[in-house]
Amino acid sequence: MNNRIACIASNTFREAVRDRVLYNLIAFAVLLSGAAILVGQISIDIEKLVVINLGLTAVSLFGVVIAIFVGIGLVSKEIEKRTLYTVLSRPVRRWEFIIGKFFGLAGTLVVNAFCMAIGVFGALLYVAHKFQKPDGWVLVALYFIILQFLIICSLALLFSSFSSPLLSAVFAFSLFVIGTFSEDLRNFAAMAQGMTKWVATAVAYLVPNFSALNVISSVAHGQPVSSQLIIFNSLYALLYSMMALCGAILIFQRRNLK
Amino acid sequence: MNRSRTVTMTAGILLVACLAGSAAVLSRIDRLRTGATLEDVLFVSSPKAVKRMSLGYDGLLADIYWTRAVQYFGGRHEARASHYRLLAPLLAITTTLDPHLDVAYEFGANFLSPQPPNGAGMPDQATQLVEYGIRNNPDNWKLYYELGFIYYMDTKDYERAADAFLRGSKTPNAHPFLKVMAAQMAQHAGDTQMARALWTTTYQSSQEKQIRGNAVAHLRALQIADDVTALQELVGQYGQKTGQLPRSMADLVAANLLPAIPLDPSGRPYKLSPEGLVEVQVPDDFPFIEKGAPAGYKPPAPKNLEELGK
Repeated sequence: MNNRIACIASNTFREAVRDRVLYNLIAFAVLLSGAAILVGQISIDIEKLVVINLGLTAVSLFGVVIAIFVGIGLVSKEIEKRTLYTVLSRPVRRWEFIIGKFFGLAGTLVVNAFCMAIGVFGALLYVAHKFQKPDGWVLVALYFIILQFLIICSLALLFSSFSSPLLSAVFAFSLFVIGTFSEDLRNFAAMAQGMTKWVATAVAYLVPNFSALNVISSVAHGQPVSSQLIIFNSLYALLYSMMALCGAILIFQRRNLK
Repeated sequence: MNRSRTVTMTAGILLVACLAGSAAVLSRIDRLRTGATLEDVLFVSSPKAVKRMSLGYDGLLADIYWTRAVQYFGGRHEARASHYRLLAPLLAITTTLDPHLDVAYEFGANFLSPQPPNGAGMPDQATQLVEYGIRNNPDNWKLYYELGFIYYMDTKDYERAADAFLRGSKTPNAHPFLKVMAAQMAQHAGDTQMARALWTTTYQSSQEKQIRGNAVAHLRALQIADDVTALQELVGQYGQKTGQLPRSMADLVAANLLPAIPLDPSGRPYKLSPEGLVEVQVPDDFPFIEKGAPAGYKPPAPKNLEELGK
C-alpha cells in the first residue's frame, strides 16, 4: 500500500475512534455478559448456543450499522467540511482517497470485531468452562462476518461518492436486506421464464450475496464449514468489494467538486 | 493518454472483470449450498409469531411465504422426494398472514393431499387447511368443492364429500354441478364416472393452466384405465376363442373383436406385451397412469402440465 493511502486510512481510523464509534463495545459487553448470566439461570443446556448465536449476531449487526453509518459520510462529510479540498490540493489522487477511506473504515471494523470476538470467546469460556475443538468454527463465522463488512464498506463508499448521506444510508441498508435474501432471489429468478428470467437473474447476481456468508447457526451447533466455501466466499467478497470500489472511483473521478 | 483517463479506464475494466468474476464465484457457492435456503426457512414456525413480527405488512409477507411454499413443493416434487415436512407449516403461516389468499387453499390442498410422489400424502392437513379457508371465506364455493374433492379422491370418505358439496351448493354463485354431485354421491360413490365428472368440473371451473393441465392429465389416465380394462377383456375373449394369446392388436382386429387398432389419448396405438397385457407405448406421457404401464414402472414427475391446460 502506498504511503498516501496508508495516511488516509490511518486518519479515517483515528477519526472513527474520535467519533466514539468504538463505544458500541460497551453495549456489546453488557449485552453478552447479561445474556450469558441470564440464560444460564432460566434455561437448560442452551447457554453455549445462545452465547454463540447472540454474540456473532451482535458482532454482525453492530458492524453493519457502523459500516453503513460511518461509510456513508466518508466522502460527503469531507466535501461538506471542505477538508476534501485540502487533501486533494496535495499530491493525492482521487482513487487513492477512496481506497484509503475504504481501508480506514475496514480497519476500524476489524478492530471492533476483534474486540467483540474476545468478548464472545470470554463469554463462551464462562458458560462452558473450557474450549472444545468445534468452537474453532466460530473463528470462521467471524471471518465471514468481516468479509461481509468489507462488502458493505465498499457499497457505503460507492453510494457516498455520488449521493447524500441519508439516501446513501437507505441504499446501503436496502442492499444489505436484499443481500441477506439473495439466495431466495436467485431461486425466484430460476423459476421465472423468458425475458423476466434473464432480468431477474442479472439482478440476483448484481446484488451482494450475504446469505452464504452467514454460518452463525451452523457453527453454533458445532458443524464444520467446508474449506471450499471459505475459499469461494473470500474470493467473492474480494471481487465484489473491488467491483464496488471501482464503481466509487469511476464516479468520484468524474465528479465536479467545484 | 492522461493520468485521469488511465485511472478511469483501469477502474472500468476492473469493474467489469470483478462483476463477471463475482457472478462466476457466486454460482460455485450456490452449487456448494444447494437446498440451504429452504431448509432454513422455518426459523420461526409459529404462524401467529410470524404475523406479529410482520408489523402489519402481513399481506406482502403472505405473498412471500406462499412463493416459498410453491418453491419448496416444486423443488421436492421435481426431486421425487418422499417427504414434504415443511409444506404444511409454510401453508399455515401463509394463510394465517393472509386468510383471504384463496390460491393458497386451492393449490395448497392439491399439494398436500395426494400421496407421494405426486403430493405430500397429508389429506388430513389438507382438509384442515381448506376448513380454515372456508371459515375465513364462507362464500367461496371452490373451497367446498376442494374439500369434497379431497374427501372423495384421497380419503374415500364419501359421506363427508357429499356434505362438503351440499354446503358448497348453498353458497352464492355456486357452480350448479355441486348440487348434482351432492345428490349423486350416495348412489355413485367410487365410480370412475364420478371421478371423471369431478376432474371435468375442476378443468371447467379453473383458469389456472397448471390446475387445468393437472385435470386433463388425470382425465387421460382415467380414459386409459377404462380402455385397458375393456381391451384386456377382449384379449381374454381371444384367448378363449383361439387357445392362445394375441401377438398384437392386429390379431384382435383380424378376429373381428375390434373394428380398428385402438389409440391412447396421445394418439399412439395401444400395444400388447408378450404376456398379453395391454399397455400404452410411452407411459411417461401419462403421469397419473394406474393401468396400462409395464410392471414395476415408476412414473417421472409430471411435466408440461401447463401445456395440457391450454
